[in-house]
Amino acid sequence: MEQYYFHSVTLDKSKCKGCTNCIKHCPTEAIRVRNGKAVIIKERCIDCGVCIRICPYHAKKAVTDPLDTVNNYRYKVALPAPTLYGQFGPGFSRERIVLALKQYGFDYVFEVARAAEIVTNATKCYMSDKNIKKPVISSACPAVVRFIQIRFPNLIDNILRIESPMEVAAALSRQEVNEKYGIPLNEIGVFFISPCAAKVTSVKAPYENRKSNVDGVLSIKDIFIPLLNIMKKQDKITSEPFSLSSAIGVSWAMTGGESLAVKEGRRIAVHGIHNVNDILEEAVKGNLDSIDFIEALACPEGCLGGPLVVENPFIAKVNLNNEIEKIKMNQAHSVPQRHKDMKELEWKSTVEYRPIMKLDDDMMKALEKMNMIDNITESFPGLDCGACGAPSCRALAEDIVRGNAKETDCIFKLREKVNSIAYQLHQIDSTGSMDDDDQ
Amino acid sequence: MGSVVVRDYIIPANDFTIAGEASSNVRKILSQLGVAPDIVKRTSIAMYEAEINAVIHGNGGQAHVEIDENKIVITISDQGPGIEDLELAMQEGYSTAPDSIREMGFGAGMGLSNMKKNSDILDIKTAVNEGTTVLITVFFK
Repeated sequence: MEQYYFHSVTLDKSKCKGCTNCIKHCPTEAIRVRNGKAVIIKERCIDCGVCIRICPYHAKKAVTDPLDTVNNYRYKVALPAPTLYGQFGPGFSRERIVLALKQYGFDYVFEVARAAEIVTNATKCYMSDKNIKKPVISSACPAVVRFIQIRFPNLIDNILRIESPMEVAAALSRQEVNEKYGIPLNEIGVFFISPCAAKVTSVKAPYENRKSNVDGVLSIKDIFIPLLNIMKKQDKITSEPFSLSSAIGVSWAMTGGESLAVKEGRRIAVHGIHNVNDILEEAVKGNLDSIDFIEALACPEGCLGGPLVVENPFIAKVNLNNEIEKIKMNQAHSVPQRHKDMKELEWKSTVEYRPIMKLDDDMMKALEKMNMIDNITESFPGLDCGACGAPSCRALAEDIVRGNAKETDCIFKLREKVNSIAYQLHQIDSTGSMDDDDQ
Repeated sequence: MGSVVVRDYIIPANDFTIAGEASSNVRKILSQLGVAPDIVKRTSIAMYEAEINAVIHGNGGQAHVEIDENKIVITISDQGPGIEDLELAMQEGYSTAPDSIREMGFGAGMGLSNMKKNSDILDIKTAVNEGTTVLITVFFK
């Protein structure tokens, strides 16, 4: 099954010490240490960024587009994720940040938060249909969608089949620029300013049968200092009348924002990929049938905790809440209701099950392999120490059966073997016998 | 003679937080064996219902699972009070669960009928004060 995999999450080998931190925390057991360096198994990686956060040597990184990619386009559009507004601190308001983007060189700014409101409206429509499978699981977090494809195929039908705010923002802004200013569509470069590695992957290697509306993804880390320097030089905001999104869209950056916006029904918001795993396990068992909507985010504190952010997520939350309070006070300008045709926002096709956990296509062989894995696992000490480079003894047994590792990768097994060889050598030496049966 | 994968689990009495671990485990095994997702789902629902019954009503029990290339056979048994009226128990909505259980969201009375809906063969042996054994068979094709 030839499949092209692009992953934003990558390893800087020069910094990797071959320790056990990332292999132990990866939610899909996608990492192994081989020859002293971490290796990511492409089929299993969901770009959740847990390994980026956990690596003590900063050897794991997210690949994003370099800032100068914007120069490939005559007309540049910025799509700031609402997370950006929480990065700078009091005194650096949303208006100043959006202005700074223009001063940086973007011709047009379309807030992803505005698109989030459109997605919220579409979600409410979708949820009012009696025939949908509940609980509905949000598709805003690409890492969670990938996770479901691999681990929870029975929940694929529960995924909210509406385009993410990033894609909606990209489509709308391109259309607006083309209609208002007559710029040809292919000369418009649309760039998402992202806290998230998984978003990069969803642009460069979209879900089945799709093409992204976004041209490039810039990381918040890269653009932070240039924007800060620009803002420091800003005078008072010349009141440029640009309509900004309302509080609802901005709060999508925090856990709970999306589900709060939906307003009706029993909604839960879960963050952290391991918590998402637990909740999805409950969903699969049928224990969540009374829940209408699940907002599931791979990062702690939601997008504010993404691997590409600058500010501590708890502090960013306070910054963002400040902005939200200001918006609510000035609610005089409310966002005009866009009468968008909801059908345009729906996914044209679904995502597919990725059975990468399968041992073999032939059931007979799969059963045999499973028994082999059981036997090999039993022969291991069961410490899950990680010294072999696999996250657990059972994972190493599986790797061995799949042909990717050998028993003596386990240092305990190796020690046993060395001891046995040493004993035999000792026997030869002391008795002069070449017999193996001296045990 | 093909290979058979065998698993045995202990179902703890009254501990809801870990109830369902056995069926979760079986779900993972079936996925690794390449069983189709909809069959995995049916199996795990049927097994989960039996597991929960053993916890709520049976005071804990044992699960024995055998998987071959055609089917999975799950045997869940307990040494609890047994089912007095099996026909009544199979009715949707009928439950003998105490109030404390219902407050936690269990005891809706759908367990046995869910089990029947999701298994290909369901065999229940029970007698008052002698415990209950549930045999669930699901075919892979």
